[in-house]
Amino acid sequence: MMTPDKLRIGSREAIRLVAVREITVRIRSKAFLILLGITAAAAVAIPLISHYANLSSGPTRIAVVQQDAALAPTLQATAAQLGQKVTVSTVADHATGVDQVKSGDVAVLAESGPQGIQATVKKTLSTPLNQLFQVVDQQTALNDQITKLGGNPATVGQAVASTKVQVTELQPAKAQNGQRLTIAIGAALLLYMTLMFVGQSVAQGVVEEKSSRVVELLLSTLRPWQLLAGKVFGTGLLGLIQMLVPAVLGVGVGLSTGALNLSLGSSVGTVAWALVWYGVGFALYALVFAALGATVSRQEDVGGLVLPATAPLILAWVVGISVVPSNPESSLVEWLSMVPPCAPVLMPMRIAMGVAPLWQMLLSLVLAIAFSVLLLRFAGRIYRNAVLRSGARIPLREALKAA
Amino acid sequence: MSDRRLEVDGVSKRYGDTVALSGMTFEVRAGEIFGFVGSNGAGKTTTMRIALGVLAADAGEVRWDGVPVTLETRSRIGYMPEERGLYPRMKVGEQLQYLARLHGLTKADAVRATAEWTERLGVAGRMGDEVQKLSLGNQQRVQLAAALVHHPEILVLDEPFSGLDPVAVDVMSEVLREKCADGVPVIFSSHQLDLVERISDRVGIVRAGSMVAVGTVAELRAGGTEELVVDAPQAPPGWADGLPGITVVRHEGARTVLTLGQDADDQAVLRAAMATGPVREFARRLPSLTELFRHVVSAQDKPEEAAA
Repeated sequence: MMTPDKLRIGSREAIRLVAVREITVRIRSKAFLILLGITAAAAVAIPLISHYANLSSGPTRIAVVQQDAALAPTLQATAAQLGQKVTVSTVADHATGVDQVKSGDVAVLAESGPQGIQATVKKTLSTPLNQLFQVVDQQTALNDQITKLGGNPATVGQAVASTKVQVTELQPAKAQNGQRLTIAIGAALLLYMTLMFVGQSVAQGVVEEKSSRVVELLLSTLRPWQLLAGKVFGTGLLGLIQMLVPAVLGVGVGLSTGALNLSLGSSVGTVAWALVWYGVGFALYALVFAALGATVSRQEDVGGLVLPATAPLILAWVVGISVVPSNPESSLVEWLSMVPPCAPVLMPMRIAMGVAPLWQMLLSLVLAIAFSVLLLRFAGRIYRNAVLRSGARIPLREALKAA
Repeated sequence: MSDRRLEVDGVSKRYGDTVALSGMTFEVRAGEIFGFVGSNGAGKTTTMRIALGVLAADAGEVRWDGVPVTLETRSRIGYMPEERGLYPRMKVGEQLQYLARLHGLTKADAVRATAEWTERLGVAGRMGDEVQKLSLGNQQRVQLAAALVHHPEILVLDEPFSGLDPVAVDVMSEVLREKCADGVPVIFSSHQLDLVERISDRVGIVRAGSMVAVGTVAELRAGGTEELVVDAPQAPPGWADGLPGITVVRHEGARTVLTLGQDADDQAVLRAAMATGPVREFARRLPSLTELFRHVVSAQDKPEEAAA
C-alpha cells in the first residue's frame, strides 16, 4: 500500500485544526447556546422596553374645541419652551372631546373658561400638563395686565426671553446621562459574563483532555503550545460571538428604535473598545485558566480551582456596578481600571461613561497587554509541565519548576 | 525501506528516586512485529511514551532510520497509549478525521481513511455516535483506528489486545501482520504471552527498566532448558529417580516432566518408561514464552531484592 505524502502540518494549520474542533464541538453545546440566547434576548429586550416606555410617555395629545382654536398655537409654543412634547388636535364640540378623553385617544380636553383653561381628563391631570396649563394661564393673565398698563406683550415677551444665566463651569461635569450608564453597565456585564464563561470553558476543556487522556495522543503529534494556542483561540472566538451578537443586537435595536440617541460614532466607539478589552481580558484570563486546568485531572476539581482566579473579575464587576452609577468619576474605580486583572471590566465601563481620558485608556491597555505577556510565559510553562501528569493535583510551584 | 529500523538506544529515565528505565536498548526492524513483555512497572509504557515524545528521556535517544526521532517523525507514528484516550463527547467519525488531519492528512484523505478503518475494524455503523456511547470493546477498536488512520510508518501499541474479545483479537492480529507486511515496524506490549508468542517475529523481555532478553521466539526458547515429557500411565511414582543426569521437574496428570543433564541419555529414559508399561507420549519440549518469562523475571528478582 502506498502511503500518501505526509507533510507535517505547520503550526498555523495545527492551531487552526485545534481551534476549529474547539468551536464546532462547543458551539453545539447547550451551555453555549443557552447563554447566547439569554444575552441576545436581553440585548434586544432592554432597548425595546425603553423604547415602548418612551412611546407611552411620548407626545401628549391635547384636544381643543373648534371655538378655542386660538389656544392651539399658544399651547404648542409654551410646551416647546417647557421642553414638553405635545400634539394638539381640534374637535367639533365639547361632547366629542369628552368622548375622545374617555376612549383614551387624547389625554386631555382643554377649553378656555372664565378663570383660565378648563381641563377634562379621565382620572387626574398629569403634573407636566398641569404645569403647561398654568404657564399658559399665567402668560394670558400677564399679557392682559401688560396691555392694560399700555405695554406691548410681545416686546415684554422678547425682553424676558432674551435673558439667560451665564454659567462658568470650573470643573465641567462629564455627560452622565442614563443612556451612557445603560451602555456602560451592559458592556461591563457582557465582558464579565463572557470572560467568566470562556475562562471556565478553557479550564474545562483542558481538564477534559487530561481526564480522557486524549492529550497523550494529541501531544504525540502536536507541541503543547500549539494545542494550548488552538484551544485558547477557538474558545476566544466563541466568546467573541458570545459578546458580539448581543452587543450588535443591543446597539442596533437601540439606535434604530431611537431608544439610544447617542451618536453612532460614540456607540460604535464604545462597542469597539469593549471588543478590544475583550481580546485583552480574554488573553489574560484564558491563559490563567488553561494553566490552572492543566494542574488537575478531574472535572470536579475545576470549580474550586478557578474561584481564586475569578476573584479580580468579580471584584471589578461588583465595584463597577455599585460605584459607577452614583459616582462615575470615583477615584477607586479610576485606580482599579488601571490594574490589569480588573481593567477588562472597569475600563470599558469608564470609556462608555465618557470619563476616561485618552492617556488612561492607552496606559491601562499597555499595562494589561504587558501583564498578559508575562502571564503567557508562566502559564505556558505550567501547562507544558502539568498537562501530561495525571493523578493528584499538581502544586503550582512544582509545575513551574519541573523541567 | 526494509533496512529501516527503530532504535531505542540507552534510554534512561528516573522519577525522583525511582529508576524507571536504565539503559533500555533494542531495535525493531521495518516489517517486523516486536512483542514487548515484562511485569507491571518494568518500563514498557515509559519506553513507548519516550519514543512518542510525550515524555522526555534523561539520557539516550530513539532513532528512526538512523536519525533521532523528532516531532516530524512522531507524526508518522501510530500510537495507542496504555491509558486509552479519546474525546468522550465527540463523534467517532469526526474524531478519527480530526486525528488524521492533525497528522497531516488532507480533508479528503482523512474522510477516506476514516471510512476505511472503521469498516475494517467493524465500527463503521457507529461513526455518528459519541465515543462514550460505545461499549469498551468498540472504544478499543476506535482507539486502534485512531492509531492507524493516518497511514503510520511505525506502530507503537501499548497493550493493544487488552479488553478485546477473541474476534477482535483476530482482526487486530491480522491488521498488525498486514501492516508489518507493508514494511511497518510494529512494536506492541502485552501480558498475553501466548498471543505474543504466536504473532511476534521477535520478543523483548524487559525487567526493572532494562532489556534482559531479546530474540525471535525460537531463539529465546532454544536458550531455555529443554524438557522431556513422558506419558506412561502405569509408571509408579519415582520411576525415573535412578536415571543418571535426570531431574523430575513436575507431574502433569499422568505425564512426567523431566529435564536432562548434560550427559543424560533420553533413550535410557524411554526404556525405563517402557519398562513400566505402555508409553503414550514421549516428547522433547522447548519451554513456552510464559515459562521463559517466569524464569527470567524470577531468576533476576532475587539477587536484586537481596541487594536492596
